[in-house]
Amino acid sequence: MGNEANSQLTIALAGNPNAGKTTLFNALTGLKQKIANYPGVTVERKEGAWTVNGETANLVDIPGLYSLDATSLDEQIARDVITGNQAGLPKPDVIVAVVDATNLERNLYLVTQLFEFGIPVVIALTMIDVFEDQKHKIDIEMLAVLLKTPVVAVNVKSGRGIDELAAKVAEVKGTTPVVPYVYDEAGDEAGPHGKIFSRYNFISSVVQDSVWHSDQSSHRISDKIDKVLTHKFFGLVILVAILLVVFQTIFSWASLPMDLLEQGFGAAADLVRSQMPPGILTDLIADGIIAGVGGVVVFLPQILLLFLFISLLEDSGYMSRAAFLLDKLMSRVGLHGKAFLPLISSFACAIPGIMATRTIESRRDRFATIMIAPFMSCSARLPVYTLMIGAFFGGQYVFGFISVGALLMLIMYAIGIAVAVVAAFVLKRTILKAPPPPFLMELPPYRLPNLRTVFQNMLTRAWLFLKRAGTVILAISIILWALMYFPRSSQQSVVSSQQTEAAKSVPGAVATGDVVDEPRATNNEPLPESEQLKNSFAGRLGHVIEPVIEPLGFDWKIGVALIASFAAREVLVSTLSIIYNVGKDENEESETLIAAVRDAKTDDGRPAWTPLTALTLMVFFVLAMQCMSTIAVVRRETNSWSWPIFMTVYMTVLAYIAAFITYQGGKLLGYG
Amino acid sequence: MKRKISETTKNTLNDLPSGIDGRVTAVNGGGPVVRRLMEMGVVPGVDVQVVKAAPFGDPIEVRVRGYSLAMRRSEADSIEVSF
Repeated sequence: MGNEANSQLTIALAGNPNAGKTTLFNALTGLKQKIANYPGVTVERKEGAWTVNGETANLVDIPGLYSLDATSLDEQIARDVITGNQAGLPKPDVIVAVVDATNLERNLYLVTQLFEFGIPVVIALTMIDVFEDQKHKIDIEMLAVLLKTPVVAVNVKSGRGIDELAAKVAEVKGTTPVVPYVYDEAGDEAGPHGKIFSRYNFISSVVQDSVWHSDQSSHRISDKIDKVLTHKFFGLVILVAILLVVFQTIFSWASLPMDLLEQGFGAAADLVRSQMPPGILTDLIADGIIAGVGGVVVFLPQILLLFLFISLLEDSGYMSRAAFLLDKLMSRVGLHGKAFLPLISSFACAIPGIMATRTIESRRDRFATIMIAPFMSCSARLPVYTLMIGAFFGGQYVFGFISVGALLMLIMYAIGIAVAVVAAFVLKRTILKAPPPPFLMELPPYRLPNLRTVFQNMLTRAWLFLKRAGTVILAISIILWALMYFPRSSQQSVVSSQQTEAAKSVPGAVATGDVVDEPRATNNEPLPESEQLKNSFAGRLGHVIEPVIEPLGFDWKIGVALIASFAAREVLVSTLSIIYNVGKDENEESETLIAAVRDAKTDDGRPAWTPLTALTLMVFFVLAMQCMSTIAVVRRETNSWSWPIFMTVYMTVLAYIAAFITYQGGKLLGYG
Repeated sequence: MKRKISETTKNTLNDLPSGIDGRVTAVNGGGPVVRRLMEMGVVPGVDVQVVKAAPFGDPIEVRVRGYSLAMRRSEADSIEVSF
């Protein structure tokens, strides 16, 4: 932005949440939107081009808010935008205030504040059709006279008022607004909140003179729905049922596109290998960039679906009911009712879960929720649990009918939840200490979601995920790959020249046909991968951390897999595959990898794994922060490096302690 | 005006039976909660109704100025009503 921006008309779009602001914004700007964050904060900055009188104006969407008194982050930003104190944004020429006709009084409160900034205001009256369907009447001309500013009834679906809105904006541009009410600082209304009082008094008189209510309650339909959905008993049952359906759908619908994406990235890596000469660059692209970025992008279908459901639940008005139902439970651990959904989402993946915390207004509450979200056992932990259970606890039962595997799985989920509850409790009483946030939440009337808004929201989230998380992930992938690739061991060149062409593309080429069931540890001719790994920086690091992880029962090879798994949890499985020379392409259910884990020996010949080691590893994985995508997202959402670093450290320390207790306790009890 | 026997204790929104119309007489205390309550339209003189309580008795749904506002019992405590 530069001089150009100064000649361009800037229009701010302000309004209460649920007033139909997003729908109007989409209708006015179409797809010509750009979304970014305001510098230094995670409040979204949405701008779009709107044609006013043949001129292209820049329409700035201000976050939905109830008041401009700058008590919350959104309000602070909104104030900065309106006063022209927001960097990169000129002071708006006109404010379009979105006002919900069915909720006129409270919506007008924000408008009375907007008048005080000296910028002309045009009121866009939404939901007018709903209001009139309920046999209420509103005198729009009278409303405009009383408010001393233009009022235009708009309906996005029928296109009513859209052109008139633009015409009125052009008309008032450059004029000075009149504040239609007087606040007498020495009068009867004076006091700490006197101004609020006098604004509402003014609004009451305006509404009295311009609106005729019929007996028909505007809340009748919503009340009927709420009789069931917020019922003391059925409300909770239905909430659980909705969540079950949502998550079942996310898992089942996403699995096919996720498989396809995975195969696509596999094919891309193969293509690179077949088309490019073997060498560092080929390895970097195939094993570093494609594998690393691909491993994250495969979660895209889950994220799209989760945000589809979140948008639907939010737009329909159900989300605030869920928060209403669960606030009491959540407040016991010091969290807000709105923290519930992000936490539940985190069972699928912490990334969309953390992104979903944006609905929590209080910064401290939001951060507390972000800090505990990764304790929920996400889908990336499943491959690890499955491998460990398959190798050491498969086919075992307690009491003859309860599968040990299922029981362990349940225990892992329970450990995660229990630690999350304790962590939230502690965080909310220490570093995130704050007076209990006011739980003042509007329960908007139920409405059919606007599909366009829903899809636009879904695509926006997906794009932000790909763009932002992608750049950081790319960088970390390359670093991790390099750690396992360098320095090249000296045998490498000898082995390469002896092997077939396929084996030249090291590492990761052992999966070509002759996979051996038993580990090759005793083989005279060590395969390049294991040698390479041992001498690589990652392998040396494995040796370095061996003393640290020895009390947990892990040897250096498990250490290497652990280090690699800090990129993403499921990487443990593929790294173990390389380490035990089974082949990189074996998945966690393969008998060969399970057999290899069972038969693996430490350097001094003892079995590397026992059931106790496996259990310890699982406990470690429940609690440790091993996901660079999550770290990247936390960095973005908290807008600082200190939170993701703190998160990684405290989670991993907890994981170490829990794993230590598990292993040493198990040994004391005579297991292992 | 008050129909309650105990003249000394003032009624808060928590005393208002659900479905009965009440009128806000004062919003007590200071700080951001009271300010926010008033910004949301809960100012002296306005009519309020308690619609229902959530499953665990808290929060409650309040009808004010034609819309539904959910608040905790602790917030309702600072709102004095007559009915």
